[in-house]
Amino acid sequence: MRVGLFIPCYMDAFEPEVGIATLELLRRFDLDVTYPFDQTCCGQPMVNTGCHEEAAATEALFVRNFSGFDYVVAPSGSCTHQVREHMTAIPQTPDVVAVRARTYELVEFLHDVLKVDAFPWAEFPHRVSYHNNCNALRGIGHARPSELHAPFYSKPLDLLAKVKGLEVVELARPDECCGFGGTFCVFEPAVSAKMGHDKVRDHARAGAAYVVSADSSCMMHQRGSAERLGLPLKFIHIAQVLNGAAA
Amino acid sequence: MSHPQEPDRHRMIHPDLAVSDDEAPRSPDGHRLEHGAGTSRPLRPRSHEPQPRGARVHGHRPIDQNEAAARFIAAPEHEQMHDERLWDLRQKRDRQMRAIPEWEELREIASRIKQHTLSHLDTYLEQFEAAAKANGVHVHWAEDGAAHNRIVHAILRDHGARRLIKSKSMLTEECGFRHYMAASGIEVIETDLGERIQQLDDEDPSHIVVPAVHKLRADVADVFARKLGTDPDNDDVHYLAERQREATRPLILEADAGLTGGNFAVAETGSIVVCTNEGNADLSGNVPKLQIHSVGIEKIIPQVADLGIFVRLLSRSALGSPMTQYTSHFRGPRPGTEMHVVLVDNGRAARLGMEEFWTSLKCIRCGACMNTCPVYRRSGGLSYGATYSGPIGLILDPTFDKRKYSTLPFSSTLNGSCSNVCPVKINIHEQIFAWRKVLAEARELPLVKRAMMSAAGKVLSHPALYRTAIRTADSALKVLPRFVVYNPLNTWTQGREMPPVPKSTFHDWYAANHPAPAEDPTSPEAKP
Repeated sequence: MRVGLFIPCYMDAFEPEVGIATLELLRRFDLDVTYPFDQTCCGQPMVNTGCHEEAAATEALFVRNFSGFDYVVAPSGSCTHQVREHMTAIPQTPDVVAVRARTYELVEFLHDVLKVDAFPWAEFPHRVSYHNNCNALRGIGHARPSELHAPFYSKPLDLLAKVKGLEVVELARPDECCGFGGTFCVFEPAVSAKMGHDKVRDHARAGAAYVVSADSSCMMHQRGSAERLGLPLKFIHIAQVLNGAAA
Repeated sequence: MSHPQEPDRHRMIHPDLAVSDDEAPRSPDGHRLEHGAGTSRPLRPRSHEPQPRGARVHGHRPIDQNEAAARFIAAPEHEQMHDERLWDLRQKRDRQMRAIPEWEELREIASRIKQHTLSHLDTYLEQFEAAAKANGVHVHWAEDGAAHNRIVHAILRDHGARRLIKSKSMLTEECGFRHYMAASGIEVIETDLGERIQQLDDEDPSHIVVPAVHKLRADVADVFARKLGTDPDNDDVHYLAERQREATRPLILEADAGLTGGNFAVAETGSIVVCTNEGNADLSGNVPKLQIHSVGIEKIIPQVADLGIFVRLLSRSALGSPMTQYTSHFRGPRPGTEMHVVLVDNGRAARLGMEEFWTSLKCIRCGACMNTCPVYRRSGGLSYGATYSGPIGLILDPTFDKRKYSTLPFSSTLNGSCSNVCPVKINIHEQIFAWRKVLAEARELPLVKRAMMSAAGKVLSHPALYRTAIRTADSALKVLPRFVVYNPLNTWTQGREMPPVPKSTFHDWYAANHPAPAEDPTSPEAKP
């Protein structure tokens, strides 16, 4: 199985260790994982700002980089949502359609495609609060959102349940957006920061030592918020936990 | 730094974690005292935090929602109360939803009825008109808000009416009815308590269902003290409600005419259905000898039986209560009285022709999207500077004025909770997303935003440029964050610390640890 690894731009720059953990984790399953060298971004910053025209060349580059793989895997629900649902600034050629359909977020790839039933190398004896990125939750169906009358499920919590020693704590507002919102975080700073503060207080009140998420962008915003408030929270990507990171 | 086994009290005594109850005394070792004395609190002085006001409106210039929201957040008592009050409504709504096994089916049916009706709107409007006329109702058609106001004014004038009592109606807000009537010499009295508070304070409603939800009790006490002569230091809700009732009830009983909006207009019967919790629509409709109902043309539903779906959804979604206290059907004039219905377009027919946005006409004005919206809860409805605020406002307002409301679709994180709570399944967050594209194409984005996106698009579509950009001395923080965490105003550091810069990018780490990528045939720019 040939897998193309997509490392989102902000992760490339700020969180290389998450990319490394993702690569290592995928290789544990005997996959042929390639990191196409000329990758940059999925186009989301432009598209979410309404600037589809400005995103076209970036989207085209993404498709050129990731054509021909059986799967494209990204450790980000947000970027995966962009590729799968919103990559429409370019003509929908068979190549484009195929790349979009084969792009998976890491958690769903492990849960739905590989159907991993154990992570014997992983142990994380800590109280953990799980943060659902909104695009992961409501956009690509990571879990049952609290607004809907439907049976509960959560792919990330299913995976975390297989990690030894990990204890999940409940938030008072489980699906509340943290306020990152892409460019929202810089164009609407007052509300964004307030939402971030409220979110990290919720994690702390729930008794979490670590916040775990499949999206580094939300966590970058939340970490900045927690540091500003002086809250002793730590943040770690689910790829790192599943790859057996020690605290 | 902090060990996972760290004692709980270290976490609990962080000042930002302290709720108001945490002011209680502590023992010398930092533990809170558990005995009776420990829980007694000093008398708190009454709040005098001034009420933050709404967006500053300058003609057709784009509304600065963020500026108004920042002022709302800077009033922490107001912001916290507002957020918690509306979040409470969301939780009550969730409990009601969970008690109804067929909830999602109800939403689907409601959505289909609305889509069907909107697709055959001309037929159902004519059917409604015929049925209403047969009931002895006068039916009027208003093309826009100005026409609505003129029509209602003319009806009142013909009857020599000097005082109009009015129940809450977003449509009349949309038409600027109260402002129009101020110059007419006819007194307008709002009968919904929240709306009456807003009228006395000369402020627009901040929420579709709970119009004064952004006010603290102390704010209401201030308004009533100024306008009704109540004791400014008494903010007891029973006292305030009773004094308002005593002041307003005589005006209601002696009014010459009454006006309501309408939650539903039933084509089959020609009746107007109004749902309230205070019975104020019944006062407006049943006390004076002249009753007028102003209804948007999208409020039509085919038959009475359809109400069985909508009434089950409306109050559960809005307030988390099984149903409104009053569901009143106005079908025709009582003996010796007149009943008028004004059917208002005001942009609705045009909206019906907008491929991506016409389903916003399904809205039944429950406000569930506002209650769940994390941005709305922290901004207050008046920060939007528009008749409709919150998620539904973001997609309705630009249809009224594309320039003035061009910024509103960006006051969202696109989190999607609004679409999930919508009882008629409007894809609200997808329409917010779609509006951004429409506005960008119409060149309605601020120049700085457009320039940033244009620059980002160039760098991100050229791997070499991108690599150079993030590999320079200060690397990521200088260049990459131009579209991630950096912007010319450096707003990230408002409330947040910058992320640490790692020693190398993932890309460089990969390059250092793997064979050269030139052999990768899928790489388009790997060739020299």
